[in-house]
Amino acid sequence: MTVLQNKSDSPIAHLTPEDIESLGVELDAIRQSIVDSRGADDAAYIRKVIDAQRKLELGSRAVLLASLFPPAWFLGTAGLSIAKIIENMEIGHNVLHGQWDWMRDPKIHSTTWEWDHASPAEQWKHSHNELHHTYTNVVGKDNDLGYGIMRVDEDQRWVPFFLAQPLWNFLNACFFEYGIAAYDLELGRNLPSKKRRANPGFRANVKQTLKKIRQQVTKDYLVHPLLSGPSALTTLTANATANLVRNLWTHSVIMCGHFPEGVQTFERRSIDGETRGEWYLRQMLGSANISGGKAMHFMTGNLSHQVEHHLFPDLPSNRYAEIAVRVQELFEKYGLTYTTGSMPRQVLSAWRKVIRLSLPNGFIANHDRAAA
Amino acid sequence: MSTAVPTRGSTGSLLRRVIQRATTPLLPTDYLDLFDPLRSGAALRGRIVGIEPETRDAVTVTIRPGRGWAGHVPGQYVRVGVDVDGVRQWRAYSVTSRTDRTDGCLTITVKAIPDGVVSNHLVRHARVGAVIQLDQAMGEFVLPQARPARALFVTAGSGITPVMGMLRNAIDDPDELADVVVLHSAPTAADVIFGAELRALAADGRLTLVERHTDVEGMLAVDELADLVPDFAERRTWVCGPTGMLDALEAHWDSHGIADRITTERFRTTVVVAGDGGTVTFASSGTTVEADGATPILDAAEAAGVLMPSGCRMGICYGCVLPMREGAVRDLRTGEITTATPHESDSGGVLIQTCISAAAGVCDIDH
Repeated sequence: MTVLQNKSDSPIAHLTPEDIESLGVELDAIRQSIVDSRGADDAAYIRKVIDAQRKLELGSRAVLLASLFPPAWFLGTAGLSIAKIIENMEIGHNVLHGQWDWMRDPKIHSTTWEWDHASPAEQWKHSHNELHHTYTNVVGKDNDLGYGIMRVDEDQRWVPFFLAQPLWNFLNACFFEYGIAAYDLELGRNLPSKKRRANPGFRANVKQTLKKIRQQVTKDYLVHPLLSGPSALTTLTANATANLVRNLWTHSVIMCGHFPEGVQTFERRSIDGETRGEWYLRQMLGSANISGGKAMHFMTGNLSHQVEHHLFPDLPSNRYAEIAVRVQELFEKYGLTYTTGSMPRQVLSAWRKVIRLSLPNGFIANHDRAAA
Repeated sequence: MSTAVPTRGSTGSLLRRVIQRATTPLLPTDYLDLFDPLRSGAALRGRIVGIEPETRDAVTVTIRPGRGWAGHVPGQYVRVGVDVDGVRQWRAYSVTSRTDRTDGCLTITVKAIPDGVVSNHLVRHARVGAVIQLDQAMGEFVLPQARPARALFVTAGSGITPVMGMLRNAIDDPDELADVVVLHSAPTAADVIFGAELRALAADGRLTLVERHTDVEGMLAVDELADLVPDFAERRTWVCGPTGMLDALEAHWDSHGIADRITTERFRTTVVVAGDGGTVTFASSGTTVEADGATPILDAAEAAGVLMPSGCRMGICYGCVLPMREGAVRDLRTGEITTATPHESDSGGVLIQTCISAAAGVCDIDH
């Protein structure tokens, strides 16, 4: 992969500016039809998910009170892992996007929600909603591209540091929520500079994040183990396992969204004066989906519909499946490639890219489908 | 929901802190709400336990309030938050029940008004068992401690509801209200809410009822008052009905120099009419901005030097959301109008995305 503008065979060469604007109009119409039909069923859906998630978490933590008994450990850990994944993905991520703000329920609102995550909601909303979703896949603007620690594009200059990026990526997967917290604080940019370190805004953010992490750690590694009495140690390992499972799962899902082969990146200059149609087009080419059944979509927080989510980040997640049908028709109509694949395939593809780009360009052949 | 804030010092605070640490980032109440949304200590809610028709377009809704309900004074209203098509809507309705109900329930009586989102929902679609949001009872439209010797209630349509709340609580006791005239307007006899009950009270001689059936007799005019209620000027008067009626009667009392003897109930202090552009006031900073109908409020405010929260500036990140306490805005992408009035919105205001909202009238933004 290389930024779209430098490609000899650009996948959008056949589109005229008028095509791109009419694509935008068609996407606006899809958005409007969903906005017009949002209603009681959607509200019931998110309330049901929140209700079920909280009961699953309570039930799992109750089972873990007896975690000394191995079947209880396995059952409780499995339940807690699932509950934690749902809390972050289908609920937290989507509520914080404002997908449910239209209900005007202060209990389920992007401005009041806090999630089971190392990064405080407020900071995550800034780096994710404002930066990543606005500058999706623009090299040098969207820090989600490699999180500042990896080379994920041929156009990023290779330095020997990147030789170890498969290891960085694996460690990031294991401690993903802390990686996100560090990334939301822009530690990579702020820590090396004395001036930036001293910035009161940065210091306040660090304090806020440390407080959040302390609360999270106290809950999972102190309070619940202590409440388990003789099962303290096994509850601690159960909670650590559930957090690890969630980290590995969410990292894999996120990798599938923008890293697989076939996903396009963009030059910084290319977004100057970008129209609404061009912005939509960038979201379409810069995202990749995961194919699968209903359970897969649910457990990824419907980020398996990454393309649709990037086109309409504030539409309710339970509607992405029906939106996807209409969006795919537009891909076909405008001669664009809808990047999708099974989870194992997409994870493998993303990992292959991480390994390939750990070496200077050309060491490992690029099997990019779009370039083939 | 918010991050747990440990409370210190009080008895049981250690246990409370441990539980809060165990549920963070949620509060223990978020879990308790799953099982008992009406318990004491919960945000005030109520469960609809009965819906009885009053007329062809009015119902009385019986609500079992949560344990935090502090009761009401007859004549007061309660704000209820009802989810209609998934969207929380707040409206104020007079409490019509007696204060001494043994079952602890309260009633509100709702008349469906044309295009009334909440009233039509409550009259036609609400179901027994539904949980709704409640506020504590409020309002100054109540009987004074020293009961008046003679009282007059002038009402129209659903304006009878706060008056019925007062009458039901006071009419049985001759020490309370001895001499009462009710002058009520409704399109027909069948449209009189509580018609049977009022007529029975009149037949018992406990009040004088003057019904005005406007389909046949036309609207009540102020100069008819002297004929219908000759001693109106000597009576302590309460009025509840459409704004036009309230304005006319207030002016009439004023012209007789007896403005201190009339109390009016205005549910809709302002009717928000969506226009094009408007004056936007930012309460905290005290700044007022003239914004046209094509400029996002965010841009207009920043141009006027207001320090605004902002993000993507295209309506996707929700980083610019602020509460509008009163006013109307237009979504620049869709043309959709969002309005807020103090009575009909969440107490914090309606949250709007300032980057894609243009003023569609006078707006009061809490920032």
